[in-house]
Amino acid sequence: MKTINLMLRQAVYVNKAFWRNPASAFFTFAFPIMFLIIFNALLGNHFVRIGDKRAHYSTYYVSAMATFGLISACYTNIAISISYARDEGLLKRISGTPLPKISYIGARVLHALFVAALLVVITALFGRFFYQAELPSGITLLRFIVALVVGAVSFSALGFAITARVRDADASPAVVNASIFPLLFLSGIFIPLGNNAPSWIHWVARVFPVWHFALSMQAGFIGTSYDWTDVLIVAAWGIFGLLASVKYFRWEPAR
Amino acid sequence: MSSALAVAVKGLKKSYGDFEAVKGIDFEISQGEIFSLLGPNGAGKTTTVEILEGFRKKSSGELEVLGLNPERDRTKLKEHIGIVPQTGALDRYLTVMETVTMYAGYYRNPQSAEHVIELVGLQEKKNERALRLSGGQQRRLEVAIALVGNPDLLFLDEPTTGFDPAARRETWQVIKGLAELGKTILLTTHYMDEAEFLADHIAVIARGEIVAAGTPYNLGGRDKLLPRISLLYPNGVNPPAELKSVITPSGTTAFDVEDITSAIYIITEHARAHNVSLNTLQIVRPSLEDVYLSLIGNDEGQASGNEAPAPRGRRPGRR
Repeated sequence: MKTINLMLRQAVYVNKAFWRNPASAFFTFAFPIMFLIIFNALLGNHFVRIGDKRAHYSTYYVSAMATFGLISACYTNIAISISYARDEGLLKRISGTPLPKISYIGARVLHALFVAALLVVITALFGRFFYQAELPSGITLLRFIVALVVGAVSFSALGFAITARVRDADASPAVVNASIFPLLFLSGIFIPLGNNAPSWIHWVARVFPVWHFALSMQAGFIGTSYDWTDVLIVAAWGIFGLLASVKYFRWEPAR
Repeated sequence: MSSALAVAVKGLKKSYGDFEAVKGIDFEISQGEIFSLLGPNGAGKTTTVEILEGFRKKSSGELEVLGLNPERDRTKLKEHIGIVPQTGALDRYLTVMETVTMYAGYYRNPQSAEHVIELVGLQEKKNERALRLSGGQQRRLEVAIALVGNPDLLFLDEPTTGFDPAARRETWQVIKGLAELGKTILLTTHYMDEAEFLADHIAVIARGEIVAAGTPYNLGGRDKLLPRISLLYPNGVNPPAELKSVITPSGTTAFDVEDITSAIYIITEHARAHNVSLNTLQIVRPSLEDVYLSLIGNDEGQASGNEAPAPRGRRPGRR
């Protein structure tokens, strides 16, 4: 109980600091919306085929940018801000106090989940008002929320795990973006994967969690079929991230 | 080990691979004193302190911190110690009040944030974000964080490295004030004047060994070293022949004497006879710096190979 109280309390401070840092607040929120506007300006009037559904590009991109926003808020943001906190000695200082480590980590994940949810809502509302995108409701909405929470926690766990591969804070934006951007492209986040995409791209998409997560989001926005396998694959990656973090996560800067 | 001791260390060793960073050191810190580990960069100060704090495991030796074993009882120990680490780290975007309140929440019996902020003299800055504080103020905020859990023992690792003289003085006053509250303080530093001003006891550490221990007054036999009298003689006047003297590079004549009273008598008599002004007369006790430098030998040069004098990020970071 105390651990959970401390976690909630810590999350409030993480949240305070987050909104006061103009760079992180701006990039996290402005990027998905900016991309949404650009893609819609370029392709908004066309249609795209997703499985057996024909969807407006605008709806596709609302779903894709919500996916992108969640991954930025969880994976990218956690990986970069934790790398900095570690480099500056903040993590070491925390580990020298009686605060349970799990409370600190839990607070970061909770905050990432909060920011991600906010981002998805903003993207969805933006899409609804400007591009007449459809929004999930009823049982679809419930499934959608499950996928969102599983995705946020899993990508946060992967964000913690990748910091083990980041030597110091200066290297973090490079390592983190290099690890996620190719995957975003190969998973059809920016350009839909058509049936005639090379099969290796389809294979990459199937192995990693981004595509599966994007499919769950599409089920919400576009009404394609919702497959629990996608959610489970994302969760499996989350567990992998968790185990890797338990084994390799460092609280101290590299010497 | 006696319960009046805050820290007891016996035969402590720490190796990293083939490199022996700490080669079997012994020291004791009584409750309520300021104890300084003084030594050049790379001497093993931070390694020793981090073992006492529980961040690192010893290779061998015995140690007790507040009656606890830092490895086995680390969780319990964390409640009773406060740490000001060598590299400062603060949440840039939180205010002084928020920062101290946040850390207070981690402890079972914290002091009030308000009180601690007043102790370190930051009440006027309490609604200022950490990134807007000066280096000295940030360091004082870190002291406040270390104090808020109401610790019995405080670790200060090079608290003033990279400070301007005014900020150093500010920080020293705060540390002196803490000692008056009865806190035990372990201070590591490579500044002699800092150790001399603050410490009750000093241990000089070099190349992983303690080379001398004592008070600022008797460290390394400082109390037994000869004072030096110096005086500038005008051209054509020879110094009194009864006293052994040397000419210093600045042209003054220096006498290293055992008996100041009789030496002064001889010098003044001689000066009166030869009409020499005594306006340039100085009597200098050997400084702690002289003692220290003789103790660590030319270690400063050797040590810089092991540990580069890292630039200290006093700002809590860049992004």
